[in-house]
Amino acid sequence: MSASSWQGVDIEIKLLVEAIYLRYSYDFRNYSLASLKRRVLLAQRQLECASISEIQHRVLYDPEVFMELLQYLTIPVSEMFRDPVYYLALREKVMPVLRTYPSLKIWVAGCSTGEEVYSIAILLHEEGLLDRSIIYATDINPHSLKQAQRGIFSLDNVPQYTRNYQLAGGRQSFADYYTAAYESVILDKSLKERVTFADHSLATDSVFSETHFISCRNVLIYFNKDLQNRTFGLFHESLCHRGFLGLGSKETIEFSSYASYFEYFSKEERVFRKL
Amino acid sequence: MTTFFPDRPIPQVDAVVIGASAGGLQALTVLVEGLSSRFRLPLLVVQHIPPHGSSCLVSVFQNKTKLRVKEVDEKELVSPGTLYFAAPDYHLLVEEDYCLSLSQCEAVNFSRPSIDVLFESAVDAWGERLVGILLTGASEDGAAGLEKVHWAGGLTIVQEPTEAQVATMPRAALQRFTPDFILPLREIHRLLCELECRNA
Ligand SMILES: C[S@@+](CC[C@H](N)C(=O)[O-])C[C@H]1O[C@@H](n2cnc3c(N)ncnc32)[C@H](O)[C@@H]1O
Repeated sequence: MSASSWQGVDIEIKLLVEAIYLRYSYDFRNYSLASLKRRVLLAQRQLECASISEIQHRVLYDPEVFMELLQYLTIPVSEMFRDPVYYLALREKVMPVLRTYPSLKIWVAGCSTGEEVYSIAILLHEEGLLDRSIIYATDINPHSLKQAQRGIFSLDNVPQYTRNYQLAGGRQSFADYYTAAYESVILDKSLKERVTFADHSLATDSVFSETHFISCRNVLIYFNKDLQNRTFGLFHESLCHRGFLGLGSKETIEFSSYASYFEYFSKEERVFRKL
Repeated sequence: MTTFFPDRPIPQVDAVVIGASAGGLQALTVLVEGLSSRFRLPLLVVQHIPPHGSSCLVSVFQNKTKLRVKEVDEKELVSPGTLYFAAPDYHLLVEEDYCLSLSQCEAVNFSRPSIDVLFESAVDAWGERLVGILLTGASEDGAAGLEKVHWAGGLTIVQEPTEAQVATMPRAALQRFTPDFILPLREIHRLLCELECRNA
């Protein structure tokens, strides 16, 4: 394959993304191109399309195909207590400060299938803060949101989640939080009583509430700098004075245009605090 | 001094991508040890590493070379004279504007970071102005990516399999296509120096 035929693919991807925006208002125009391209090419193989332009055609005229494509573009992978040190830092350093507020609003942005939301709910529960919290869990993928709302996960993942939970300083037995049923585990309903699941795009929507803590992990790595800046702008607007922002283990606000509005609170674990 | 390019001009390149798996630490040491601080080409390395915990690659190599050594930061611009390592558990990709991005998409060839993912995106960014080097390993990762470097007109180098600690990875590449060079590590090091002189 020559370099010039690749430019053709890049053009097709740009057109596809534009078509999606015009037709469905999902905005992938400012996502990092290199990984977007891998996802589109993967979808092309799985959807058995001869070209990206064929995907575009099918997506434009068939919302179901768009939903299918969305599953590739959004990368719905998650894990409970992923990077246990992050959750340990939340427990040991952030919760003691959050405790001083009479009521709490927490936003999990890009919550995917809910693993991160439930992990945070468990932390809040163990710190005695869940009852006075409202958690907003948002994402752009309706399938993921529906799954998150159900709170049912594969039994295969439970050993890993249990290990993570313990490394994150879990105070009980992880088994206290679920009932096993066949190949699945159903998480305790009380964990989602304080959670509102909602469709919200960091690329196109605006702030909907003031919050004390925002957790947004492994979402920003898929955005280009402009969209990262937009997102940090939303977070800055939503967070109360001295509010907390938790990011993924390789993400930082340090090189963005909002760097000077935040300080590191727990550097290794990527927890920032609004100045 | 003999040249690796006796009957053609030394290619002009902007970056070097390197893939290594089992046995890679020693192999990489031979490659980068003794590269002078004037070496300007950026070197981007995927060395297969276990997903959890922090990687010690940076601290190991800081003492072995005069180049700047670092683990890739998300969205940083590739800068010259730097030896970059991919972070554990994330794919490393090069964007069209030479920023580096990370991804947690599923493993490729059972690997994250995957050599193919780096090589394929590097080709998209640099086209023919790229050197791809595939070293020792018990994996087939990197073979397809290096082939792509080859077809895009980049310079491809495979470690001499008989010298490799584990020959699977070099052999997998050789089964797909014939690279520009099949060389032992010392020679690859010399070739890098020669490229550098041309591009200086
Ligand atoms: C890799 S998952 C991360 C899941 C979870 N936060 C974690 O770290 O385990 C990325 C999520 O970001 C969501 N996402 C992508 N673009 C988004 C946008 N513009 N606004 C909100 N969420 C988005 C995707 O739908 C996907 O669920």
